[in-house]
Amino acid sequence: MSALLFFLAAFGAIAGAVGVVALRDAFFAVLALVVHLLSLAVLFLLLRAEFVAAAQVVVYAGAVMVLYVFVVAYVGDSARSLGQRLRRGASSRGSLRLAGALLGGAVLVELLIALLGSGLKAIEGYGAGYVPGPKTFGTPAYIGNLLLTRFLLAFEIASFLLLIAAVGGVVLARRRGGLGEESRERLAPLDLVRPQGTGTMAEGVGGPLFVAMHANGGVTEEHHNGVAESARQPVAVGGPEAGGPSGAPETPEGGW
Amino acid sequence: MSIAWFLAVSAIVFALGAVGVIIRRNPLVVLLCLELMLNGGNLALIAFSRMWGNGDGQVLALIVMTVAACEVCIGLGMIVAIYRRRLPIDVDELRELQG
Repeated sequence: MSALLFFLAAFGAIAGAVGVVALRDAFFAVLALVVHLLSLAVLFLLLRAEFVAAAQVVVYAGAVMVLYVFVVAYVGDSARSLGQRLRRGASSRGSLRLAGALLGGAVLVELLIALLGSGLKAIEGYGAGYVPGPKTFGTPAYIGNLLLTRFLLAFEIASFLLLIAAVGGVVLARRRGGLGEESRERLAPLDLVRPQGTGTMAEGVGGPLFVAMHANGGVTEEHHNGVAESARQPVAVGGPEAGGPSGAPETPEGGW
Repeated sequence: MSIAWFLAVSAIVFALGAVGVIIRRNPLVVLLCLELMLNGGNLALIAFSRMWGNGDGQVLALIVMTVAACEVCIGLGMIVAIYRRRLPIDVDELRELQG
């Protein structure tokens, strides 16, 4: 039974890996990777790594693959046009592809020599003894105990790494200024000088703070508004004024 | 099944991932093939962990999964940034590190 399960899962894992490498559409490559990960989780279960198998299914095949599908759907069109461009310039790529496959075969032979030809007696066996139980090898309790005692430092470093990666992802993928007009406008320093009387909740409700502000500062508020408007003038009014004279001959053209 | 079979599968998966990293040009697929290589390493780690009856390899496999998740996060963020700048999504044409 375990041999049958092993061969099924191994076939699924290798077929999924071949699919990832060979399929042209990135979306189908992601789906092949999901097949590969699920088969690999079965292999982990056969190796008595229950917690890692569950984490593989939930985190990898679930969350990470959803992220991939999302980005493939976002970038999808350009990837497809890339495939068409690839076919056009495929003649010079054949030798490179062959060289890559040869290199991969060399890596495989080397790995097999290193792993299977190592002469370790234990490789031929079924592993150390295993007694099922609530706290035995590979269960969540066992892994959690290890993570919080012997590998506490690695655990904390991994959490920091996740934090850094989350911040880095946000910084890399955010919308930058310079692409559209509105983002540049939003970042203008003059917008930071907000005229008094706009935008706070106390003014909207007419709270005591607003009443006090009006009671003693009516004149200063006017003054402040004037300053803000005159400071804003070169930016806000300059556009239509500069566009006015040159744009005036164009208006009949547009009227035609 | 003896441990050697699992190690053979892990070596095959790792080599397939290496081939994919070398021959594919879409950075998304290159990231997927990196995942394949990490998973081959994970399978070997867990097989050796079973061989010794010791949980250290499984903890290391969990850390590798964390690192893979971080790599996906950064890599996909970079791909989205490349796409936003209307650059070609092709590792052969993205050879120069320009701002």
